[in-house]
Amino acid sequence: MTSTLTPARSRSAPPGHRPRSARWRGTLIAWLFLAPALILFLYFKFIPMFVGLWKSLFKVQTFLGDEWVGLQNYQTIITDDEFAAAITHSAVLALGTTIGSLVLGLGFALLIEGPARYLWFVRTAAFLPVVTTMAAVAEVWRIMFHPAESGMLNIILGWVSIDPQPWLASEHSSLWSIMLMSIWRGTPYDMMIFLAGLVGVDRTLYEAAAVDGASTWRRLLHITLPALRPVFWILFTLAAIRGLRVFVEVYVLTNGGPNGSSEVLMTLIYKLGFQKNELGVASAGGIVLFLATLVLTVIVQALRKRQAAS
Amino acid sequence: MKFDSALGLEAHRGPLAIAGKILIYGLMVVVFTGPLVGLLISAFSKTLDPTAFTLWPDEFTLENFIQAGDKNVYLYLFNSFVVVGFGLLLQMLVSVFAAYALARKKFRGMAFVMLIMLATMMLPEEIIAIPLSLVLADMPLLHVNLIGTYAGMILPVGAWGFSILVMTEFMKEVPVELEEAARIDGAGELRIFATIILPLCRPALGVIGVFGFTMIWDQYLLPLIVAPESDMWTLPIALRSLRSDEEVGIGVLLAASLLALLPSIIAFLAFQRQFMRGLTSGAVKG
Repeated sequence: MTSTLTPARSRSAPPGHRPRSARWRGTLIAWLFLAPALILFLYFKFIPMFVGLWKSLFKVQTFLGDEWVGLQNYQTIITDDEFAAAITHSAVLALGTTIGSLVLGLGFALLIEGPARYLWFVRTAAFLPVVTTMAAVAEVWRIMFHPAESGMLNIILGWVSIDPQPWLASEHSSLWSIMLMSIWRGTPYDMMIFLAGLVGVDRTLYEAAAVDGASTWRRLLHITLPALRPVFWILFTLAAIRGLRVFVEVYVLTNGGPNGSSEVLMTLIYKLGFQKNELGVASAGGIVLFLATLVLTVIVQALRKRQAAS
Repeated sequence: MKFDSALGLEAHRGPLAIAGKILIYGLMVVVFTGPLVGLLISAFSKTLDPTAFTLWPDEFTLENFIQAGDKNVYLYLFNSFVVVGFGLLLQMLVSVFAAYALARKKFRGMAFVMLIMLATMMLPEEIIAIPLSLVLADMPLLHVNLIGTYAGMILPVGAWGFSILVMTEFMKEVPVELEEAARIDGAGELRIFATIILPLCRPALGVIGVFGFTMIWDQYLLPLIVAPESDMWTLPIALRSLRSDEEVGIGVLLAASLLALLPSIIAFLAFQRQFMRGLTSGAVKG
């Protein structure tokens, strides 16, 4: 290859010069192709991030001009009861949804693993909640959660003789009801990823275990679950991060109510920013949420490395 | 003994096992599709109760969809389609261009660019919602106000790290010999890109297309920030305002919710294989 190209090269340029200009040309072309993506990222991701960081240090006033307040916005957040409650609710919702979806997703994945054609149908049907538009699905669930006896879920509870529940209407059950819907939507996603992981497990290991007389339970515990460990960690991280920043579900189902019992970080930040016009405090809230996400990711990665090493 | 699955359920073929399987699988289908089927039936039924939802069609009617017109539902649907149409076109163009550079070129600063891509994926858009509204109201250097415009909902979804990375992985697979042969024939950069690389990546275009579609269609916070006036609302954010209506009950809400759900469900069913492919590649690579 090189030998056929050399004469052409020496004709067009002195030796030693061409490779360098070609490399520069390649770099230039690469950056030109990347330019649209980088410009859009700059404008809609990185500039907002820095604006958020900057504004979090100010009392933002539309007509009077911004007033430097240093870390006061952060202090407000740390000492504010509403924020403390919202952080707790976000964490509970994220953890509950994540664990619920993981456990159910793994269970369902094990149940519907296999090459049969009807299993493919079950899989497709069960996957539908994942691709649906959140806002519309939340409206549907809001109707199903209707607290009177005529509400869909209460009718179903009636079949097994359980009294009607208040669901979203009560301070004690609003957060759990939201979690129920989130698990409904999160489970099929986890199930699908687990299924992809299960395909990769070496079949001969199962056969060898069966020959050795190992029970199904021991086979699961010693072959299947260890093989799924990396998948598990990825799903856990993704779901936990997604859970912390939850907004649409809560905004549509309860908007934080009743009486703040389901207020999460993002709904609170949204209200501060767009309804109370406290843009400085709201920006600081965004930064806190960012840091929480970052810390969570780092912790999970560290745990994962430690487990992989041991 | 042969195993097709971890539990080895396929080996059980007795009548009891079959009954058990039907029960479990039936229950799964009902639980996960029930609310959606309920919506489908209720949207075409005459709504009797303003609070409940029916699984038994009472009287087939298009009334809800006709009433929806009076409530501007079709305007919201139109807005949604404008945003998803132009947004997806932009997003796919941006992704294939960026992926071409990342997959086919060696250049200075490549590691830095990859870092930027990953950083944008780690940064949830909810976190920057408040400052983004400030940026959109007065774009730095350009000093344009994008609040209340389609561009305000389209441009921010134009670049998506996931889509770029999926495309990059696919483009790396194209054999380098094809490109070299074209280069020797004197083909220019854009020509190689458009006639050699892109056609070979058609399956990947399906993957980023269907993911991009559901991602843009599902946008909520962004239109909420960008469209303060109802004439610019997209369908998902308009649903809230259709909730309570004394004349029509929840009929219009049901019809509108169905219209908001159908496009992504149809996109998923039509591009199922691509969807699964993207799902596993995206999740496994984090």
